[in-house]
Amino acid sequence: MIGLQHYLTIAAMLFVLSIVGIVINRRNLILLLMCIELMLLAVNFNFVAFSRYLGDDTGQVFVFFILTVAAAEAAIGLAILVVLFRNRRSINVQELNEMKG
Amino acid sequence: MFQTVLFYFIAAVLMGAALGVIFSRNPVHSVMFLVLAFFQSAMLWLLVEAEFLAIVLVLVYVGAVMVLFLFVVMMLDINVETVQRSLTRYAPIALGVALLMAIEMVQLIWTRSETGESAVAFAAYPEGYSNTKALGSVLYTEHVYAFEIAAVILLLAIVAAITLTMRRRPGLKIQNVARQVAVRSKDRLRVIKMDSEKKQ
Amino acid sequence: MQSYYLTIVLAPLLAAIGAGLFGKKLGRAGAHWITILAVGLSCLLSILVLKHLYWGGGTAENLSIYTWAVTDGLRMEVGFLVDRLTALMMVVVTFVSLMVHIYTIGYMHDDPGYQRFFSYISLFTFSMLMLVMSNNFLQLFFGWEAVGLMSYLLIGFWFKRESAIFANLKAFLVNRVGDFGFILGISAVVMMTGSLDYATVFSNAETVAGQQIEVLPGSPWNAMTVTCILLFIGAMGKSAQAPLHVWLPDSMEGPTPISALIHAATMVTAGIFMVARMSPLFEHSETALAVVITIGAITAFSMGLLGIVQNDIKRVIAYSTLSQLGYMTVALGASAYSAAIFHLMTHAFFKALLFLAAGSVIIALHHEQDIRKMGGLRRYMPITYWTALVGSLALIGFPGSSGFFSKDLLIEAVRESHWHGQGAVYWIAYLSVLLGVFVTALYSFRMFFLVFHGETRMDKETASHVHETPWVVTVPLILLAIPSAVIGWVTVRPVLFENYFGESITVFARHDVLAHMGEAFHGSLALFLHSVQTPVFWLAAGGVFAAWFLYLKRPDIPETIKNRVSGLYTVLDRKYYFDDLYIRGFAAGGRGVGNFLWRKGDQMLIDGIFVNGTANSLGKLAGVMRQLQTGYLYTYAFAMIIGLTMLLSWLIWFR
Repeated sequence: MIGLQHYLTIAAMLFVLSIVGIVINRRNLILLLMCIELMLLAVNFNFVAFSRYLGDDTGQVFVFFILTVAAAEAAIGLAILVVLFRNRRSINVQELNEMKG
Repeated sequence: MFQTVLFYFIAAVLMGAALGVIFSRNPVHSVMFLVLAFFQSAMLWLLVEAEFLAIVLVLVYVGAVMVLFLFVVMMLDINVETVQRSLTRYAPIALGVALLMAIEMVQLIWTRSETGESAVAFAAYPEGYSNTKALGSVLYTEHVYAFEIAAVILLLAIVAAITLTMRRRPGLKIQNVARQVAVRSKDRLRVIKMDSEKKQ
Repeated sequence: MQSYYLTIVLAPLLAAIGAGLFGKKLGRAGAHWITILAVGLSCLLSILVLKHLYWGGGTAENLSIYTWAVTDGLRMEVGFLVDRLTALMMVVVTFVSLMVHIYTIGYMHDDPGYQRFFSYISLFTFSMLMLVMSNNFLQLFFGWEAVGLMSYLLIGFWFKRESAIFANLKAFLVNRVGDFGFILGISAVVMMTGSLDYATVFSNAETVAGQQIEVLPGSPWNAMTVTCILLFIGAMGKSAQAPLHVWLPDSMEGPTPISALIHAATMVTAGIFMVARMSPLFEHSETALAVVITIGAITAFSMGLLGIVQNDIKRVIAYSTLSQLGYMTVALGASAYSAAIFHLMTHAFFKALLFLAAGSVIIALHHEQDIRKMGGLRRYMPITYWTALVGSLALIGFPGSSGFFSKDLLIEAVRESHWHGQGAVYWIAYLSVLLGVFVTALYSFRMFFLVFHGETRMDKETASHVHETPWVVTVPLILLAIPSAVIGWVTVRPVLFENYFGESITVFARHDVLAHMGEAFHGSLALFLHSVQTPVFWLAAGGVFAAWFLYLKRPDIPETIKNRVSGLYTVLDRKYYFDDLYIRGFAAGGRGVGNFLWRKGDQMLIDGIFVNGTANSLGKLAGVMRQLQTGYLYTYAFAMIIGLTMLLSWLIWFR
């Protein structure tokens, strides 16, 4: 019988995979953005699962909002990426250490 | 039973797709794997009767966002790595931490849940239930302000994305409509008087 | 009278401020006029106060001018106690100070620090007046420290000379040792009586004397003995008694007027004055008086001996001062406070005179101070010669001079002080002062003969320029020579035998040697005529004769003696090794301890480990920690994730 736990497990595994993707990837900034999308998907899984489990549709409404915000985030993130590439001719994560004090 | 088999199959494909996203060498492949992952997710959501979101996921994510990703990946001239992808120094630690986290979360989900061992199935919706209608009735009443704000956020994203990427290239020839409209004949035409040339 | 007292004290202070802060605007003449007028006014008013108290039938006044703090019942006040003792001191201080002010015009006339000098000496006069006119211990301490400070500033007046800086530091440090005892003494007084006021303290003296105090655990001492000895340690520092005398000879690095004012006539007498003022306390403790008389006797005799081997004209007088201060201290110890103050007064005049005469010689010889390079100055400087002769005769106690009356009677008083018992204390005191007379005469006239008689030993260049000094120098000499010569005649009877001091000085009947002597006193003239029969006269005469014989008649003998007893000579020349002990022992030891604490304590422990160690270890830690700040996005994400995982682990497994 497929139930709440199965969905939560899928969400957790997706989440962990996306974390691994963020941490080990060091070549491509786009991949980071994609991992973030994956992470948001994991969150959405949780929302859907709990919404169904509790019989409350508000959870699905939240997924809807998250999708909206994620779309906006992806648009802006990619725009930034484009600008970055235009300025540096690279989106290599390893060259982006401007945060170093 | 069929649903269970279907669930495990789809879940397995989803995990494979996620792994593909993070481990493929070519970014285009990554995007494609991500598209696959979204499709699988949509299917899983369909399995629990969240039809509206499943469709939205496919339409918005696969149709718009992933196309945008693909577009950017292809537009930018990114070298496809030819050498073996070298992992960061922290990769072993990262994998360890991720494994630990996965174990913890699974343990949390499976052993700490109130109902114990047995998985809790979702209660089926009653006959004639429309997921879309139900969501709409909540979305446009209870969450209408949030909905409006979401719209504004999308607008913001449009404006921001355009603002960020727009640039004025030096030497680009463009029309200045205002000046074209405001032009007068005497600025353009000059009548001069001159003696006729002698015929040679 | 209150306005008189305030004027006496404040006039020199205001003049000092004027000359010190506005010296440039006032100019040289302005600076000396303002200070001389102020000190002259103080002197005049002091004489009026003395006249009022002595002839005008005035009584002693105890005024509290201002209470500046009251804490836990302890009142801290500014106040004046003006009785005959104070009045006498005021007159002596202001008169000598006035003479020195006038003399300074001549002595310092080409010195760039002219205004500063006048400011200092006026300020010194103020400090000394505050000291003597005080009616409480705190103000006494203020004056005490203030004169110490002025002494420091004035010894180091020529602050570009290394030796002057050394001397003033030495004076300051040695005085600190004495002041330490003094402030402990004051603390003891406050602890015993709960008051700083003289009147209250003296009226409680009887009860204090009955108490015991444990200085070291298990050895109870009489509270009064402890208090008095502590106070006397302060007096030893200020009045340069052995073994705290070492600063006074070195203080001759200061300009000569200062030597006259501070190190002969006024400041060094503060200790004597203080003990006399504290007579109601000292009288209660015969132990303390025995200490006082012994210290005084040792100083009087041993310091006189040092005077014989000195060659610097000012140092000879300095050792003579030490010796005479010893005499005064002996008199204090014999409970003959009046005799001590009397000798203090006459000594102030003739010692100031001698110093100023020495200064006059120094000016004439263009700041040459070595008596071996002088000689035969009698022909060139008659006024200085005669005034110096008066001073020297007074110093050795030549019959008829002021010193004769004070010293002769002082020695007599010591001889009569049988209440000290017939033991060592009495004989040390008596023999010291008696033999001291011979020594005094010897070194005084050795200097006198070497400077003024005999052959001219200076170089031709200097000799051709020697002439009498200007009037600003000679007038003070003459004005000081007059009291040096005659003041003893008129003052000996009232001061010593007619209870001039009245209530100011307390002497128990069993200690009162002067009263005993008074029965045999038949007037100044009788004393004068009687003098040839006393051993004092013959000792003095012997000293003068010895000086004449050794240094004028047979100048080769001193050399022979010197070579014969070179061991003794070395001891004297090294000043009994006190300087070596203090400099190599205490000073070097202190520096050693200081160096050790500096290197090990400050540099290694505090700076090295605590301060810089903290900073360094933080720096090293930061050097390690900064490796974490790669600037890469994934590092920060990873850090967040690790934190998240740890939090999750804690929540799941450890709660």
